Amino acid sequence: MEREKLLDIRDLSVRYTTDGIISRAVNHVSFSLDKGRILGLVGETGAGKTTTALSLMGLLPKYTSEIEGELQFQGKDLAKISEKEFRNIRGRHISMIMQDPMTSLNPVFRVGDQIADVIKIHNKGMKKNEVNEEVDRILTMVGISPDRKNEYPHQFSGGMKQRVMIAIAIACKPDLLIADEPTTALDVTIQAQVIKMMKNLQKELGSAVILITHDLGLVANFCDDVAIMYAGEIVEYGTLEDVFDRTKRHHPYTDGLFGAIPNLTVKTDRLTPIAGMTPNPAELPEGCKFHPRCPRCMEKCESGEVPVSVRDGHRMQCHLALEEDVK
Amino acid sequence: MSDNVLLEVKNLKKYFDTPRGMLHAVDDVSFQLKEGQTLGVVGESGCGKSTLGRTILHLLPSTSGQIFFEGKDITFAKGKELLKLRRQMQIIFQDPFSSLDPKMTVSQIIEEPLKIHKIYKNKKERMERVYELMEIIGLDARYVNTYPHELDGGRRQRIGIARALALNPKFIVCDEPVSALDVSIQAQILNLMMDLKDEFGLTYIFVTHNLSVVKHISDEILVLYLGKMVEKTTADRLFENPLHPYTKALLSSIPIPDISYKGKEAEVMKGELSSPIEPKDCCRFAPRCPMAKDCCFTSSPEFVEAEENHFVACHLVEKK
Repeated sequence: MEREKLLDIRDLSVRYTTDGIISRAVNHVSFSLDKGRILGLVGETGAGKTTTALSLMGLLPKYTSEIEGELQFQGKDLAKISEKEFRNIRGRHISMIMQDPMTSLNPVFRVGDQIADVIKIHNKGMKKNEVNEEVDRILTMVGISPDRKNEYPHQFSGGMKQRVMIAIAIACKPDLLIADEPTTALDVTIQAQVIKMMKNLQKELGSAVILITHDLGLVANFCDDVAIMYAGEIVEYGTLEDVFDRTKRHHPYTDGLFGAIPNLTVKTDRLTPIAGMTPNPAELPEGCKFHPRCPRCMEKCESGEVPVSVRDGHRMQCHLALEEDVK
Repeated sequence: MSDNVLLEVKNLKKYFDTPRGMLHAVDDVSFQLKEGQTLGVVGESGCGKSTLGRTILHLLPSTSGQIFFEGKDITFAKGKELLKLRRQMQIIFQDPFSSLDPKMTVSQIIEEPLKIHKIYKNKKERMERVYELMEIIGLDARYVNTYPHELDGGRRQRIGIARALALNPKFIVCDEPVSALDVSIQAQILNLMMDLKDEFGLTYIFVTHNLSVVKHISDEILVLYLGKMVEKTTADRLFENPLHPYTKALLSSIPIPDISYKGKEAEVMKGELSSPIEPKDCCRFAPRCPMAKDCCFTSSPEFVEAEENHFVACHLVEKK
């Protein structure tokens, strides 16, 4: 597959200020995404996954957030463009599937109209019957019978609502699709249906996808690349094979995540949880953000910058990784 | 582990009267639970697993059927008798964010059951027990006067567990206790629950939709589909050799965090749960079943022992 860079994030930091308290939600995040690739953004609550996504959509709250760094997308820096320019990109070139299908749809509009909205905004001058045909076509793509377009969201089940959300997101064939925990609210059997459908759509449209999730199983099934986020930083980044190959060395947090999930294939008596809690983004620890919870913490981890080591594109932000490289 | 049957449920039914007809939430469920064992109850949302737990605890009145606790019929227990029973059977709720009273401090929450049941003579003795409980569940004593909103999900769930443990119960229904928590915290709570079980000889009914969690914690697993029992056997047997097509589909839809499974197409089940209101007398899974035959649409399969200690309700599985 020929590789063409679609998105290049360099040194992105986002700060929220509320009541004079500064929360550093995203800290110096850099990654790039090629056309047609699927990136899994993994982390726990408060790791900064959704904030990263919202900054790509230009949807961060205007007065309480500050954004630094570059977001190169198709030759434009999304951190610098005006709201007017963003309106042309949002929904057309970048679109997002929100986490909760139950609350993200407008309950007083018919689902067909909600899908038609996106098409009308980005295709001015399209005739009414053309828009209608387009809506029917998209509904069929996501596996909903076009007869149901005149129904309201409350008449749909959770899985079906999520399909409507996906229909809205792909209505204009975006180049980049951000899926923020698209299946967390769904049952496993419905999750399997939705993921299979998303896979097929991705192949058909050739869009790049950022999948935000905390489910490592989902990542293994769906993604090409993986970024593990902790306290607003990407602590490990690599291809799926790099990150999921348990024989390779990893960031202690990644190891912790794998140890904490009950394994269906191997019988274990006890899980090995990560000690402690995720830090408050307003009071991040000095040095490596993970050091208070890290089982392999050393003296130098407690202060100063943490170096990033890269080997064949497999990136890690950890003192240990660098040390083992020198050996 | 002893062979004493602690809890027995016989043909338990719970129907809800809705404007569109009777909703069969729990339909003819029977099982025995031995002391010190954990029964995992799994199924999709809306299959009646939470209702089952709540009906057993008398938080909801049952429609018909019998519940035996330590050999005694408690189906119609009420008043003082029920209050006594409550000491023995407790519940841990799903959502640690909405199941704790926001106006009460941690100590008040844990103390409340002790007050209601008048276990200790005075406040001092009660507070001693509160501190003891906080130590057992691993919550630092300095949190004693904080309010739930000041704590994170993992700590809040620990309070829920402390409250359930306060009266030294024998039996606890755990209603999705870890599904609102992050993975690293989830592991901490699961370990804690397993430790408590060993330490105090507890018996659990563990209700969840998370199959890898249920395999980890249960001795036996009961699979429900639209209120009906579908399959019941030991945890290992269920995962090694599921007999019912629904269980098979359910197991194959779990994404496994291992790349050697990548590319293997999961068996994707078509359709969704049909309505539990006034269901027809047929196999309830038949409309979604890939192997359904004519007989599946006309009669309801019996719940039979297909292999030793392996029960299943399916027309296509031969009786032992």
